[in-house]
Amino acid sequence: MDALGNLLVGFSVALVPINLFWCFVGVVLGTVVGVLPGLGPAATIAMLLPLTLKMDHTTAIIALAGIFYGARYGGSTTSILLNMPGESSSVATCLDGYQMARKGRAGAALGISAIASFIAGTVGVLGLMLISPPLARFALRFAPPEYFALMVLGLAMVVFLAGDSMVKALLALLVGLWLATIGTDLFTAESRFTFGQAKLLGGVDFIAATVGIFAVGEVLVNLESRSGGEMLKLPRGFKNLLPTLQDLKDCRFAFVNGSLIGFFVGALPGAGATVASFLSYGLEKAVSRHPEKFGTGVIEGVAAPEGANNADAGGALVPLLTLGIPGGNTTAILLGGLILWGYKPGPLLIQEHPELFWGLVASMYVGNVMLLVLNLPLVPLFAQILRLPTYVLHPFIIGISVVGVYSVNNSLFDVWMMALFGLLGYLMRKLDFPASALILGLVLGDVLERALRQSLMMSQGDLAILINRPISATLLSIAGVLLCLPAIRWVRAWRVEAVEREG
Amino acid sequence: MVQGIRDKTGFVAALCLAAFGSYVTSTGSKLAYVSDVGPGPGFFPFWIGIGMLLFSCYQIILCVLAPGDKGPSAEQTNWHGSSRALAGWLAMAASIFLYRWIGFAAGFVLLTCVFIVGLERRPILPALAIGVALALTFHLLFVVALGVSLPAGPWGF
Repeated sequence: MDALGNLLVGFSVALVPINLFWCFVGVVLGTVVGVLPGLGPAATIAMLLPLTLKMDHTTAIIALAGIFYGARYGGSTTSILLNMPGESSSVATCLDGYQMARKGRAGAALGISAIASFIAGTVGVLGLMLISPPLARFALRFAPPEYFALMVLGLAMVVFLAGDSMVKALLALLVGLWLATIGTDLFTAESRFTFGQAKLLGGVDFIAATVGIFAVGEVLVNLESRSGGEMLKLPRGFKNLLPTLQDLKDCRFAFVNGSLIGFFVGALPGAGATVASFLSYGLEKAVSRHPEKFGTGVIEGVAAPEGANNADAGGALVPLLTLGIPGGNTTAILLGGLILWGYKPGPLLIQEHPELFWGLVASMYVGNVMLLVLNLPLVPLFAQILRLPTYVLHPFIIGISVVGVYSVNNSLFDVWMMALFGLLGYLMRKLDFPASALILGLVLGDVLERALRQSLMMSQGDLAILINRPISATLLSIAGVLLCLPAIRWVRAWRVEAVEREG
Repeated sequence: MVQGIRDKTGFVAALCLAAFGSYVTSTGSKLAYVSDVGPGPGFFPFWIGIGMLLFSCYQIILCVLAPGDKGPSAEQTNWHGSSRALAGWLAMAASIFLYRWIGFAAGFVLLTCVFIVGLERRPILPALAIGVALALTFHLLFVVALGVSLPAGPWGF
């Protein structure tokens, strides 16, 4: 009852016209920066932070949080339409989203992504409202061994990303892990695999790698044959561009899966939406009645990761507001904003400033509704991109890729990296190596290595620390089972074959 | 030996990965495996390299032992049309090279013309119009509306 009363107070704050206006501005801006690759919410919030100094602080946090979760809505658009993930958390959406677009179901994919985002975003806010303090205390039990185990579980999702060959998927994953080691070692400041390039000291830029492998690689594959000026299929009529009732029914579990995994993983500082989106994609495929169809344009394969990366936004605010611990770049900047405005994020924030916390929670409900109302009608508009003839679409994709990658660091070196990764992405497609496994390794490699080395420092080199702690032991066991799945399937198929031969 | 292998492309790819794994292992072993504060900078790359080496050797064995009716066949890796893809990539690389001198907008118009005229065999004038229209859209959306800076040529854009 307490929460309900507080929420009513929150709504009285969130529904003030000026707060509604800034919430709207925040979510629109968030959607725009989410749609465009490279321009992330962290940079946008950092740019706008000085402008909020003269604003009411509750209004300011409502606007900035709007950018944060609005960007997650927008992130799916280019992934689905152009196979171009703007953020690491959108990579899993590409796998089935882009295939749906190629089959003429871009509208359904964009629509389900907006609906999944709305449901999961709302579940995330509910979680933030109801179980913040106990969840934050649980998250604090995650030390390096638990993070290592969580990252191993994330990497075990490679089982679900592998196509015909598990060995090729593991090789791609290892190349991704190697790419993550490029740059300055954070523990000893020694440079690794930089090939004498000072620009590689900071590591491989993730946006350059993903845009190159996915978007540029796809364009190169499509360039192999003359297009003849055809366009991708797109049904006519608003109704035909949205998900059907059957689609919604098929996605029932994906909505729940994405919402819960996204929220709980999001609440762990440093785990991030990427792990959440891959975990929910893997789980969705594991429990699906037709796992073999994943990767060919299955609607659940879009709903699960999209839900997860939106519920993550609510989860990420749990450690920020209740413990003062930022989980990623964007929440770190939000933390900076809170401190700048004179707040002390931590266990006493909710008690000392209820109007700020509950106003933000209520505004997130309102913002999620705004995003759904805003995004669903935009689906047909965004889908029109596919009406461009392919000979116009290809330079358009290359152009937007260059702009997105260049805008991150204003660096032509990053654009060159994108081009090289484009060639790599093309070769991987030709040789049937799953590109998403490489990206999984690249994204999780850094945290994995850091957590492993910190764990071994804690235990003075004793690997038993990874299995002596209950949470890490459980996570590693699940990962072990997942990694054994292909072997179990192989043995089963071999036995069936042997029985058939004898029979 | 290669003649008897059905999946030649896969075999060559696995060989390249094995060589790359050896490089990562040897470079990783030159970095400190253990430091004063625990595992050193060479620890992780060393084991990644070992993993690459093991899996690529396994892949080589798979390619060599794959029976005729199983495993990826050479026919599946179709290199027909790769010259067009490579030409597209080279055009993109050339346009990136030119950004420093002629800016993004002009480089992009040139790239669009190469794509449409060179690769798609369509007339130059519509190609030029499409290139200019797209470059203008990018300029208005990113540079003017969002304040993103893009490589500029001597004419300021």
